[in-house]
Amino acid sequence: MAFLQAFGCYVPSRVVGNAELATRLGCEADWILTMSGIVERRYAEPSESVIDLAERAAHDCLNRANVEASKLGMVIVSSGSSPRRFPGPAAETAARLGVPGIPAIDVPMASAGSLFGLAMAAHLAGVYGPILLIAAEKMSAVVEHPPLDRNTAILFGDGAGACLIDPNEGPAKIVDSRLHSDGSFAENLKLEFDQPIHMDGRTVILQASRKVPAVIRELLDPHALPASAIDTFLMHQANQNLIVRIAQALEVAPEKFFSNIARYGNTSSASMLIAATEWSAQSGFKRDTPVVFAGFGAGFHWGALLVVGS
Amino acid sequence: MTTQERILAVIQKVAQKPIPADPEESLFESGVLDSFALPDMVSALEQEFKMKVPDADLNPRKFDSVARIENYIEVHAA
Repeated sequence: MAFLQAFGCYVPSRVVGNAELATRLGCEADWILTMSGIVERRYAEPSESVIDLAERAAHDCLNRANVEASKLGMVIVSSGSSPRRFPGPAAETAARLGVPGIPAIDVPMASAGSLFGLAMAAHLAGVYGPILLIAAEKMSAVVEHPPLDRNTAILFGDGAGACLIDPNEGPAKIVDSRLHSDGSFAENLKLEFDQPIHMDGRTVILQASRKVPAVIRELLDPHALPASAIDTFLMHQANQNLIVRIAQALEVAPEKFFSNIARYGNTSSASMLIAATEWSAQSGFKRDTPVVFAGFGAGFHWGALLVVGS
Repeated sequence: MTTQERILAVIQKVAQKPIPADPEESLFESGVLDSFALPDMVSALEQEFKMKVPDADLNPRKFDSVARIENYIEVHAA
């Protein structure tokens, strides 16, 4: 297994508060906060693309790691909001980073994409060398597609996160992961080309509130680790109410789940890595201390990944 | 208590809102349940009726009304 070496992120400068959205959506700003825990989110400029966001997060991560892009052996880009059927943003992002020619893989999974990308990179880094995983989402372009749906428009924001996975060293070792997919729920959360996003929120929340705690237990049980032994949970920032319910299901304090959803909203696959970037800057990995990543999203895809400070 | 009375008690405890008199009326459309009260209610029903709802059955429509919940429990509870 490989090591997490550094995180990085980028969020656009334009802040969209609940009051601005509430006016457009015909609802109350307090209702948005109650339903989601979100106070504001960031929107990219119309000229700013998913690849632009990815490139900025990538540079931030490489700068924090003090690693030149030329050292990379692979780039993985997760995005569910890339506007093109093909090619996805991975190859162009790698080219912009100055590393054309290395393998660049797209993970078009939306919310769980960064978790799946981390788990894949953990196995691939030993073969290809350092892997830069990037998750970049321009969800404003998705939710602005008419007709406006307030149940989805209140949730999403734009941003990008990145993580450098090294085969040999880093502040945390990737110990194990568990990934699951179930296409029986493909129709419950989907984004067709040139269509508005469709989300059956009741089914998504009902399933996520069961599946995420279950996969975390499935991950931890073989290591004889109770959830209470985990220092921090770094989850996909979907909805604060969901994060709290998952914490309750695991019988751990919600404060153990790092949360920045109030400031950025749900940035789909980018959210977990943006959260990891902020968390690592504030506290970070401690030696021999376990941290769990977890994600859930369209597909449904879900999973969890265990790392231990090295 | 009848099954329906036990279901009503569970819903009342979770939602803390007036429950429609008509057991066929949607608990979502009437505002009794929202997306986050639903998983709480299902967990409470599992405890009350000592049953486990499998993930494949976690469909909001199965728990949309008192009548549908009662039907599900009659079929699945031990």
